[in-house]
Amino acid sequence: MSDLRRTPLFERHDRIGARFVPFAGWQLPVQFTSIVEEHRAVRSSAGVFDVSHMGRFEFASTDAHAHLQGLLSNDLDRIAAGEAQYTLLTNESGGVVDDLIAYRRSDDTYLLVVNAANCEADLARLGPGVDLTDDSAMLAVQGPGALAALEVEIEAFRWAEGQVLGVSCLIAGTGYTGERGCELICARDDVGLLWDTILERGLVPCGLGARDTLRLEVCYPLHGQDISAERDPYSAGLGWAVAPHKEFVGSPALAAVRESGPREKLVAFVMRDKGLPRAGMALIGGGVVTSGAYSPTLELGIGLAYVAAECAEPGHELVVDIRGRHRRGVIVEKPIYRPGEEY
Amino acid sequence: MSESYPTDLYYNREHDWARVAQGEATLGITWHAQDALGEVVHFEPPEAGAQIAAGGSYGEVESVKAVSDLISPLSGEILEVNPAVVDAPELINAEPYAGGWLVRIRLSNDAEVDELLGAAAYEAWVAEQ
Repeated sequence: MSDLRRTPLFERHDRIGARFVPFAGWQLPVQFTSIVEEHRAVRSSAGVFDVSHMGRFEFASTDAHAHLQGLLSNDLDRIAAGEAQYTLLTNESGGVVDDLIAYRRSDDTYLLVVNAANCEADLARLGPGVDLTDDSAMLAVQGPGALAALEVEIEAFRWAEGQVLGVSCLIAGTGYTGERGCELICARDDVGLLWDTILERGLVPCGLGARDTLRLEVCYPLHGQDISAERDPYSAGLGWAVAPHKEFVGSPALAAVRESGPREKLVAFVMRDKGLPRAGMALIGGGVVTSGAYSPTLELGIGLAYVAAECAEPGHELVVDIRGRHRRGVIVEKPIYRPGEEY
Repeated sequence: MSESYPTDLYYNREHDWARVAQGEATLGITWHAQDALGEVVHFEPPEAGAQIAAGGSYGEVESVKAVSDLISPLSGEILEVNPAVVDAPELINAEPYAGGWLVRIRLSNDAEVDELLGAAAYEAWVAEQ
């Protein structure tokens, strides 16, 4: 794994026994103690993730706003300085090159946080931004107790600059778990102190494994699996992140999909039989699983799958080919799990 | 439990163990195997009565992240699947050599036992991995 990039916290993770996996060119912790325990900590109290691998690019110029409006699917006019927006970078066919969060800093200054695997593809379309990835670090602090533990107040999809436990941070009310919490971006040299102080407060260090099961329970798509350059946002159920009235790369193609309706839809399902669905498994009768895992909250197999639009209604049964065994599941409303509800 | 490899068991290099007595054997996976997998959340068992072959797959165990074939150390016929593990696969993590046993088989070739590793040899094999 010597050619893989490491975050500034790598030695700390290694010292407390993290297990690492290669992910998007980085060597990242998949778990510290147990995926299930880390997952449950985030659902019941709070956990902290090192997400320093996420690409961070600043676009600051007099035409940055107009430039990004012509490339991103959502409408940046809907957010003001201090607000954030989930948006998509689409190609000419309307396929999703990446999904990202745009943080508006001023009229013409944006910070974009993008998937690590897509930095090159993004920059090829976005043009040169200022790459802040190496000089900064990023933590996600998530769970019902997260903000209180940090003594931070931030609303969902708002951000502010401030001190967190003595460290200067950009504090954003965003995350990938469905829970309340925040994401913190700080200087690379400060993140060790911030991480140590957060762990001293009793928050549970969490790896990519729990990050994946948490996001899947709340049906947040993973780029490269559930969404891709070959799939359009409407099929993925992300039409809400496409501004219908503005022009951007891909908007004519997307208008056509909006008009005709997608032929396939990304649905959420839970297993009725034993066995775990996994990404890439076929559905009997057509369709494919794009994400699948064991749900630590529901204690059964769950997943996301593309099925024909006419078969996409909740309650519709599907059959997953699990290494030759036919196992039944049922389509459910998204999200599969709604934080705060009892199951 | 902490890492251990009981001396009364036989092991293969795929991290499965066998407890052999009177022409029968119970099978399971080792402490190392369950530790590498993480929490086991699903056990896909064979059917009672099925014939299994040494070196062949007789079922699967699956953790949150990964699936792993169960490679039988010995050949024989499945007499019993551990119903407790079907219902609560986390027993494999908690007690890999006791309550977490997977199947009981009637041996079809006792001589195969001689091909397996003892605890010390298996532990050395694990250390190399």
